[in-house]
Amino acid sequence: MQTDPNPKKSKDSPSNSANTESTQLPSPFPDEVLEKVLSFLNSDKDRSSVSLVCKDWYNAERWTRTKLFIGNCYSVSPEIVARRFSKIKSVTLKGKPRFSDFNLVPQNWGADVHYWLTMFANVYPFLEELRLKRMTVSDESLELLATAFPGFRALSLMSCDGFSTDGLKAIATHCRNLTELDIQDTDIDDFSGGWLSCFPENFGSLEVLNFASLDSEVNFDALERLVSRCKSLRVLKVNKSITLDQLQRLLLRAPQLMELGTGSFQEDLLPGQIGDLGNAFGNCKNLQTLSGLWEVTSIYLPVLYAACASLTFLNLSYAALRSVEFGNLLAHCPNLRRLWVLDTVEDKGLEAVGSSCPLLEELRVFPADPYDQHLHRGVTESGFVAVSRGCSKLHYVLYFCWQMTNAAVATIVQNCPNFTHFRLCIMNPGRPDYLTNEPMDEAFGAVVKTCTKLQRLSVSGLLTDLTFEYIGKYAKNLETLSVAFAGSSDRAMQFVLEGCPKLRKLEIRDCPFGNAALLSGLEKYETMRSLWMSSCNVTINACRRLAREMPRLNVEVMKDKESDDSQADKVYVYRSVAGPRKDAPPFFDQKRSNIQWNVHQFAVYPFMHV
Amino acid sequence: MENSSSSSIVSTESEKNSVLNLKETELRLGLPGSDFLGKKAGTGISLFGKDLKNEGNNGFSQIPLKNLVSGAKRVFSDAIDGSGKWGFSMKGGSEVDLGNGGSENTNALQSCLAGPSGKEIGNPNPAKPVEEKKNENNSTAPASKAQVVGWPPIRSFRKNTLATNLSKNNVVEEKSGLGCLYVKVSMDGAPYLRKIDLKTYCSYAELSSALEKMFSCFTIGQYASHGLPGQEHLSENCLKDLLHGSEYVLTYEDKDGDWMLVGDVPWEMFTDSCKRLRIMKGSDATGLAPRAMQKCKSQS
Repeated sequence: MQTDPNPKKSKDSPSNSANTESTQLPSPFPDEVLEKVLSFLNSDKDRSSVSLVCKDWYNAERWTRTKLFIGNCYSVSPEIVARRFSKIKSVTLKGKPRFSDFNLVPQNWGADVHYWLTMFANVYPFLEELRLKRMTVSDESLELLATAFPGFRALSLMSCDGFSTDGLKAIATHCRNLTELDIQDTDIDDFSGGWLSCFPENFGSLEVLNFASLDSEVNFDALERLVSRCKSLRVLKVNKSITLDQLQRLLLRAPQLMELGTGSFQEDLLPGQIGDLGNAFGNCKNLQTLSGLWEVTSIYLPVLYAACASLTFLNLSYAALRSVEFGNLLAHCPNLRRLWVLDTVEDKGLEAVGSSCPLLEELRVFPADPYDQHLHRGVTESGFVAVSRGCSKLHYVLYFCWQMTNAAVATIVQNCPNFTHFRLCIMNPGRPDYLTNEPMDEAFGAVVKTCTKLQRLSVSGLLTDLTFEYIGKYAKNLETLSVAFAGSSDRAMQFVLEGCPKLRKLEIRDCPFGNAALLSGLEKYETMRSLWMSSCNVTINACRRLAREMPRLNVEVMKDKESDDSQADKVYVYRSVAGPRKDAPPFFDQKRSNIQWNVHQFAVYPFMHV
Repeated sequence: MENSSSSSIVSTESEKNSVLNLKETELRLGLPGSDFLGKKAGTGISLFGKDLKNEGNNGFSQIPLKNLVSGAKRVFSDAIDGSGKWGFSMKGGSEVDLGNGGSENTNALQSCLAGPSGKEIGNPNPAKPVEEKKNENNSTAPASKAQVVGWPPIRSFRKNTLATNLSKNNVVEEKSGLGCLYVKVSMDGAPYLRKIDLKTYCSYAELSSALEKMFSCFTIGQYASHGLPGQEHLSENCLKDLLHGSEYVLTYEDKDGDWMLVGDVPWEMFTDSCKRLRIMKGSDATGLAPRAMQKCKSQS
């Protein structure tokens, strides 16, 4: 099969251990037994722990690992990975910093998957699954993927860019065993829907098909035939071009669906058609997830009711529903665990959530009008409180609003002390408690004091250093912290760096944190995945110093062309065993040679805001 | 916290000026305790000069507003929109001129300011959209009124999709349904506004007579009598007669935020894009007098 770069030790193990480090005890197990046992380990964390026990275990682990998870594609190199693991079948790779979702990272920053793929083609030709998040993927890469891996089965692209529907054509044409094609939140060049017609007529292995974020119309007949052939199809998320009438026909072909993303939900239907649609939904007894509902016309919502009994995840975040029709729909969804909505449902809609969804664990409320064209409608603190009263199991919330109070948040966490993810976005930067005019410090203080299991926190509103003092003091399980327009001084950031032992990702924008803050985390950053700081008060010299003192950190500075020479407009710091990356965008101004100091660790490049 | 008349803007502004040392002639975007330098032409506005670091207001931090991107054109009416939150009186149809006139700063800002000092942070809408002249540094302005790059933190895909949805959906003020389209109607000089359902009319003539009845103490004009029955849009002659014959002009704000003269486009198109109506005094409508049927720019 493949040449194993590191041949195993011979089978008579106990005496052979003498060949390894003298401090090691002989292993009680033959290699095969250890490997067999370890092959049952799936969790990456467990596998990491196992690999640290001793050399035998390290080797046994690496020979049995089949799933690779790399949270930051630049923390390691393809070569290092290839040397260590030989049997990888599934890869998850994440690329750009999360703030690239919000256009804060330059276009050509990096995270191109191609180099990884060429390595995989050499070392892991039996690769079956590839899951990418925030990576750049070219059509060429997709073609390579489609042709170099005969057993390839599952492709998932989340928030990726760089490819077009031509690349999808290659996938559809060549991947004979494809079970999953999942494209999410992706802005690509959508030339035409013809890619879907490239699935061969005898191809029927799809289990997951998600093309909801693509725009152009696919050939409906081809889609219908595809759906009919794929008897194991359990996830189908179509795009806006699919009409209600077409949806009904698809549902007839695939009543076994567990996850459905509808197309456009707005069309003039005859009464007979409405009935058919209702029946089609009624046939779907296994539906757990429902999404899509683009441009929904509320009078058609009742067709969904029959399928809602088993729903656990309802994603209405593209459907501008009002409170009444929303409430009516919710009444049919008693088993909801996860709910995503637009704030058009307003507080009244959230009250309905509180009363209809006792099992709710996750709530995300998105703003329909984030740029405030209609003057601060949406949800307020009362909606949030109402949900917390009715949904005691709530542990994940993402809430966009225009106003909040300390008292409300305190009430909320009292009702729901089990938050693991608390992401509150008060949309006007630096907004205080609108009733008391005080900072929102006490709100987040309440969150971290009460919710001891908190892993992820996003703060907003007017915040002083006190918030961060609370976080450092109480948020002992915190792994991810997002901060914007907050804090009064360096102390804030220091509190967090000193106080949160499990911190892995820290992202900061537009805060008054400077060099002292940055440099207070020297050793801390090696225990974290990454740090992002933009529009703060950090200078390039401080970044240089950080890079110099911590050789295993990569320090990247993105400069605004117009800004002061000494300012580090955006800083991205991450640990890496691969050293500085070689694919950073080139310098655009040679006169900045004085900044090329220690360039192998420290890249400074211009930020061309696109 | 309250500014109850337009004149208080100026005094507010000077208060703010003395605290924050801004150019006196300009109205500025004001977040509580925030400051603007806007010193470098052509750059994203940076609040974070080291100079500002210690100028705390009542101990609260400066709120930076970096990387302001060019927003869409800003219409004065946004500022004086009927929302009580801004505390502006609609009496006399206050025409606050938020134009750039007089500003040499290329990063001219328009805003409506309430609550000037750091203490009065109860200002509910501190961060109004900002207009900024494009510079080579900034991205192409999105159609929406983005004020800060990447804020609120919403993914592009979602933003783009919602923007499309918004422009398609009419502003529905009442319960959902295909049947209603309520918009506010203001009239200069009137003490309160009204709301009408555009869907209940099918021509400009009907709209005009309804408005006439509603604001019966004022003369709106004789749309119907000049046009042919059932005529879809008003002829040029009609409008000219209107303007001459009446002291009022009917205008509306469209989806892009521009103030348009009612009557230019077919009725259907009008109801699709009309967000609110304003009956302006004819004398104030000089910029909107149609010599030809073209889109008029806002006063700014």
